[in-house]
Amino acid sequence: MRVALFVTCVTDTLYPGTGRATVDLLERLGVAVDFPLAQSCCGQPQFNTGYRRETEPLVRRHVEAFRDYDHVVTPSGSCAAMVRENHPRVAARGGDAALERVATEVASRTYELSEFLVDVLGVTDVGAYYPHTVTYHPTCHGMRTLGLGDRPRRLLENVRGLELVELPAADQCCGFGGTFAVKNAAVSAAMGADKARNIENTGAEAVCAVDNSCLMHIGGTLSRRGSTVRAVHLAEILAATEDGTERAAEDGTRRSTR
Amino acid sequence: MSGRDVVLARIRRALTDVPRSEAPDDVPVPRSYERAHVPDGETSDALVDLLAENLADYRALVHRTDADGLPTLLRRLLLEHGSETVLVPPGLPTWWLESADATRVHDRAASTPAELDAVDSVVTGCAVAIAETGTIVLDGGPDQGRRRITLIPDHHVCVVRVPDQVVASVPRALERLDPTRPLTWISGPSATSDIELDRVEGVHGPRTLEVVLLTE
Amino acid sequence: MSGRVHLGMPAFPEAAASATRNARLRGNLSHATGTIRAKRAQAVAELSDWDALRAAGAAVKDRTLRHLDHYLERLEEAVTAAGGTVHWAADAAEANRIVTDLVRATGETEVVKVKSMATQEIDLNAALERAGIRAYETDLAELIVQLGDDLPSHILVPAIHRNRGEIRDIFREEMGRWGRPAPKGLTDDPAELAEAARLHLREKFLRAKVGVSGANFMVAETGTLVVVESEGNGRMCLTLPETLISVVGIEKVVPTWQDLEIFLQLLPRSSTAERMNPYTSMWTGTTDSETADGPRVFHLVLLDNGRTDALADTVGRQALRCIRCSACLNVCPVYERAGGHAYGSAYPGPIGAILTPQLRGTASELDASLPYASSLCGACYEVCPVAIDIPQVLVHLRERVVEGGEVTVRGQRTTIRPARGHAAERAAMRAARWAFDHPRALLAGQRLASRTRRLHPRRLPGPGRAWTATRDLPTVPAESFRDWWRRTRNVRGEARGEGGGR
Repeated sequence: MRVALFVTCVTDTLYPGTGRATVDLLERLGVAVDFPLAQSCCGQPQFNTGYRRETEPLVRRHVEAFRDYDHVVTPSGSCAAMVRENHPRVAARGGDAALERVATEVASRTYELSEFLVDVLGVTDVGAYYPHTVTYHPTCHGMRTLGLGDRPRRLLENVRGLELVELPAADQCCGFGGTFAVKNAAVSAAMGADKARNIENTGAEAVCAVDNSCLMHIGGTLSRRGSTVRAVHLAEILAATEDGTERAAEDGTRRSTR
Repeated sequence: MSGRDVVLARIRRALTDVPRSEAPDDVPVPRSYERAHVPDGETSDALVDLLAENLADYRALVHRTDADGLPTLLRRLLLEHGSETVLVPPGLPTWWLESADATRVHDRAASTPAELDAVDSVVTGCAVAIAETGTIVLDGGPDQGRRRITLIPDHHVCVVRVPDQVVASVPRALERLDPTRPLTWISGPSATSDIELDRVEGVHGPRTLEVVLLTE
Repeated sequence: MSGRVHLGMPAFPEAAASATRNARLRGNLSHATGTIRAKRAQAVAELSDWDALRAAGAAVKDRTLRHLDHYLERLEEAVTAAGGTVHWAADAAEANRIVTDLVRATGETEVVKVKSMATQEIDLNAALERAGIRAYETDLAELIVQLGDDLPSHILVPAIHRNRGEIRDIFREEMGRWGRPAPKGLTDDPAELAEAARLHLREKFLRAKVGVSGANFMVAETGTLVVVESEGNGRMCLTLPETLISVVGIEKVVPTWQDLEIFLQLLPRSSTAERMNPYTSMWTGTTDSETADGPRVFHLVLLDNGRTDALADTVGRQALRCIRCSACLNVCPVYERAGGHAYGSAYPGPIGAILTPQLRGTASELDASLPYASSLCGACYEVCPVAIDIPQVLVHLRERVVEGGEVTVRGQRTTIRPARGHAAERAAMRAARWAFDHPRALLAGQRLASRTRRLHPRRLPGPGRAWTATRDLPTVPAESFRDWWRRTRNVRGEARGEGGGR
């Protein structure tokens, strides 16, 4: 089984701890994971803003980097959704049938991390230890486009020491939305503030999600509000073990400058 | 060019992606939904119970009786509503109101809305009733009359013959109805959700809807 | 009255930003949409075959749209055979002219109206007023909007931005100027407010000679029109006047009588979260003079007004499946905070964001901003009873805005240029694409950012301020993931494909 990590540009550049945690976790579960260096960005910012023609070279690059692997794993719901839902569409709209075919193949072998763990590896207890109160925010692409359902929750419920608390209005978008966050900054901020308030009201120490871009927005909002709640990627919680490899600590508070 | 020609020409130009050989019925429509949501073996009694439950859920007042009890029940309902006058569709069985004290008003083609507005109640039959949704459907039949007579009076008493007139679902109701007749589907009294998206009963239609389930 | 229409509105972001600062509006909207969301979910969950109904609804609409000319001609034939008269209007001006002439021909100077999106879209009331004809809105929410000299902000509940206290004030102050005044001592109890509307409108219903409506569905096979409502004002307008004029978008046609079994299940549960709405009226042409049931004269005005332009777009076409239930508005987090007026058209919310730029084009700043009025969270698609992939169409229209290309405008194929005001963004997107397609350049950038990370400001100037005004920036790490992998896995030199793009 050849497994490639698609780390995503946001995680690569801003949250490498999530990438390291994903590698640690997969290797702990006996999966040999490769990181094709030719990878870069799935093109989501370009595509979602309307720049389809700028997206096409990135789709081409992506499928070239990953076409030879049996499974592609990514710690991002929205990037997995971009690959699965939109890469074939971009290729089709560009009129490149060969690219569309390969993109469809790569898409069919691409998994968001919790999907890979639960569906491919068949594990829900990954042997993690995380002695904190955590609330879970299901990201929109994870919940609606990928249909992750309760996979992330089942993984969290099996983490020793972790107390999972319900997030009110969990299914509401956090307000990130890529360039939406700056194009419609006021509405984005209002959505973010409501999300942050709901998170704070749970009393949790950390809010967990499967997407670092949403966490960047949520964490940045929490931090600006002076909140002590940390924004933590699911991979980092699942990678943490009793002997203290809580990788998140390496980046300090990580999600923001506070 | 007429508006008609302009619009039709635009439509045809817009649909250049549709192959000329494609007929409308070639576009697949999967009809894998249920004809009804109650179990196939559901007895007519259970259907009638479901109808009663759903009617009541949307604030219709439900009564049950048989042929012997109907005239006294209708008499009581009109009395309790304080009705001195009652509109009667042309083909309403005369025995239904044989005990009623209220003055019968017969709808005529020339009756004005203002005249109808002065009448307290109306008693009708119906064409079909839908159990799953708590709906009665009027089709202007002789025991129902023109649409306006069930609209203007503030009190509508509708007699449903059970179990014959009860169907399970919307699909089964449409099968029984004639589209060439003017149809009115009624599910509870007039209501609105226009204030804060919260439902309140009673706007322009009859504010009191009473449904009599008549066992035959 | 026409001054109130959406001319000269600011682009969505500005209008929405000012709405987010209006605490009362936010409160009204979140209360109302919050109420209906849970109820809708429950009403839908009652039907085990919801997904099958949804698929069938979408398929029937697709069949209709792909053969729209065929079904409209059948409809015209059936309506005519049943005693009605069919008119065709290519645009709003033509539709308004037809309706105005029809009303004038009756000699009447007032009409009663059932709530209708199509007549909102063409601003019929203003056109009638210019011709000396007064149109009375009879739907409770439309009445609130009309009395308040306001604009609708929701498809189902046009006055959703008003709470009960505001409605009471409008009734007290304005009803007297339009007819019967509000009862003395009117409170903000919704039942009392509904009673006030009943009394106010009754005299208008009873004397009305001309009714104007839209329709939810038109059945091609039988010529039957369907109006779905709650209050009974629809029944009043459809049955008491001598003349009925229905203005209906061409996409509202469905092929067969049987098809109604799908939509009469999908619509009420999605819209008001009821198993069935209180009243549904169905009529086919006119009845004979002996029966004398309902209007003796019936006119159907079929409205294009940009619909064929949307039809010409194979991605955007699905917006024409819409049955105006408003479920997408009720679940939309952007609508909830921006309010309906920010969308600058009769069609607010997610469906408006894809319908308006297709009906009106993307030439104005407002219309070009609408496809961006979404975080693409997908809640709208999830609840849409006819499975319109609103996020997909939004992204498709964003492409039209920034890249231009072939579109149909007023029936003519045209190539449009990219919208103005996107130059800096386009440059940034190209630069980012270039860097992402040249991982060595990306790596160099990452390393530079890491080396200078202590120097990064916490608040950005220029466009970046939109982020840092309310959110802290992430700290740039000392080492990117890519560098960590190279360092710990002893990757040397250049890996396959790591060089430049092609």
